Amino acid sequence: MSLHTVSESQILEKRVATSASMETVQLENVGVCYRVSSERVSSFKEYVIRRAQGKISFREFWALREVSLSIKKGEVLGLIGHNGAGKSTMLKLIARVLRPTEGRVVVRGQVAPLLEYGAGFHADLSGRENIFLNGAILGFTRQEMEEKFNRIVDFAELWDFIDVPMRNYSSGMWARLGFAVAADVQPDVLIIDEVLSVGDEAFQRKSIGRMLEFRDNGATILFVSHNMASIELMCHRVVWIDHGRVRADGEVRSVIDAYRQSQGD
Amino acid sequence: MVTFADENVDQADGALTLKGTMENIDQIPIYDSAQHRSTALEELQAIVKYRNLVVQFTRRDILTRYKRSVLGVGWTMLNPLGTMLILTIVFSRAFGQSQPGYAVYVLSGLVAWNFFAQSTNAAIVHLVWGGSLLRRIYLPRSVFAVSAIGTALVNITLSLVPLIIVMLIVKVPISWTFIFVPVPVLFLAMFSLGLGLLISTVAIYYSDVAEMYAILLTAWMYLSPVIYPPEILPEVYQLWIVRLNPMYHLINLFRAPIYLGEIPGMRDILICALLSLITLLVGWMAFTSKSDEFAYRV
Repeated sequence: MSLHTVSESQILEKRVATSASMETVQLENVGVCYRVSSERVSSFKEYVIRRAQGKISFREFWALREVSLSIKKGEVLGLIGHNGAGKSTMLKLIARVLRPTEGRVVVRGQVAPLLEYGAGFHADLSGRENIFLNGAILGFTRQEMEEKFNRIVDFAELWDFIDVPMRNYSSGMWARLGFAVAADVQPDVLIIDEVLSVGDEAFQRKSIGRMLEFRDNGATILFVSHNMASIELMCHRVVWIDHGRVRADGEVRSVIDAYRQSQGD
Repeated sequence: MVTFADENVDQADGALTLKGTMENIDQIPIYDSAQHRSTALEELQAIVKYRNLVVQFTRRDILTRYKRSVLGVGWTMLNPLGTMLILTIVFSRAFGQSQPGYAVYVLSGLVAWNFFAQSTNAAIVHLVWGGSLLRRIYLPRSVFAVSAIGTALVNITLSLVPLIIVMLIVKVPISWTFIFVPVPVLFLAMFSLGLGLLISTVAIYYSDVAEMYAILLTAWMYLSPVIYPPEILPEVYQLWIVRLNPMYHLINLFRAPIYLGEIPGMRDILICALLSLITLLVGWMAFTSKSDEFAYRV
């Protein structure tokens, strides 16, 4: 009996260990290709005319190509690169918004994307109504949102304005509410695309605090920013993306330095 | 080691914990782009899972439409009433002789037509506008069309109130057959959802499809028995234009229990059921087969 217990606990340990070291996010040779028409044909009428004239040709544009990456559970990964390098495309792949043209994306766990400032809110609705609307967009049920509601308003510090239409909110208040809804409960994977740069300084500190809390509780975080200071503060590892390919991947300091050097040229 | 699986569970605490751990691992949602194909069935599961979003979108549509207006929800009732009034004044001399209680004839036709026209149009417009959301976050893509139907269902329920009032005024008897009304409404909803999805699929690629559809709707309304009884048309047109028009059957099915006070025949019900079911299936399949490409386009 005791012998059994020992072997069982060993198995148990091993299992937990493998599940802990399991990759939360895996990109295998991923590519995303947009088909861009040589001239922008956005109307059906135009399409029919051009087609009849034989003038339509498509150009392929690879926003990401041959990207392989695996992110461990609990890791905070910073993504850096020029505008248009493919950082946001990569986040979209992980958030299930885009399906890769080639390759494979595997994500284990609940993904919480922090919406860009104001996305999914309606200006004519009150803060209260928008919390429920935004929660539904994130996939929560009505009951879950009712349970979350007080915490969200507490965190956003918006009790005084909660029944006011959001058109009367300042941009900082929009950002606060958006962050509070998305970052209420611990997700397995958190995606942050530049949102931290909105809101006043006090709220920025507060939201970074919440993020660090998630990190310490084992969330995997993907963080896109042009602010190298916050990348250094948050991340365990940095990936530099350049023209749709991984240019460097590794220790925070060295990747940032390499990136900075290339910009100096 | 192999015997471990046969262990009695209550023999050791470790076994229990292990079981729990394994279940937890199974519960973690796993997204694998290689395995998941957004098929028709998967979209159906997703929309059921996101049903709260359907409710919230419907709520938003209704609230925001009336929030900044004096009459509020009253517009839903006044809008068809106003159109009906104009049409009755203009056309009652022309069509009124053959259709006693012409106001009710027009209004019942309009209510059914508005359901169809508004919900299909909203499905298309919302998907194109919702593109900014679809580019940022995963949502079942059909949620815009489904919630457009939700909004239309609320609106049609509200417009039954002025319809009944007009029936009382014009003295068209309100028959017990009114209880049949949910059946044609269900078929209208299925047909509208199917067509809305079908046109949305095209509208994602070309921005002017939404406008072309608005024009088409106007023409379509005049080819449907909304304003005039189809019997006044020459027989050749009746056969080709009217009978081949799905809305001809659906409007008649809706109108019969209200205006005529009779339950439609089995044949009419079956035609409508078949038309709406096929449209819904075709629309759903077409939409879901293309929906993965939407994020690349919108």
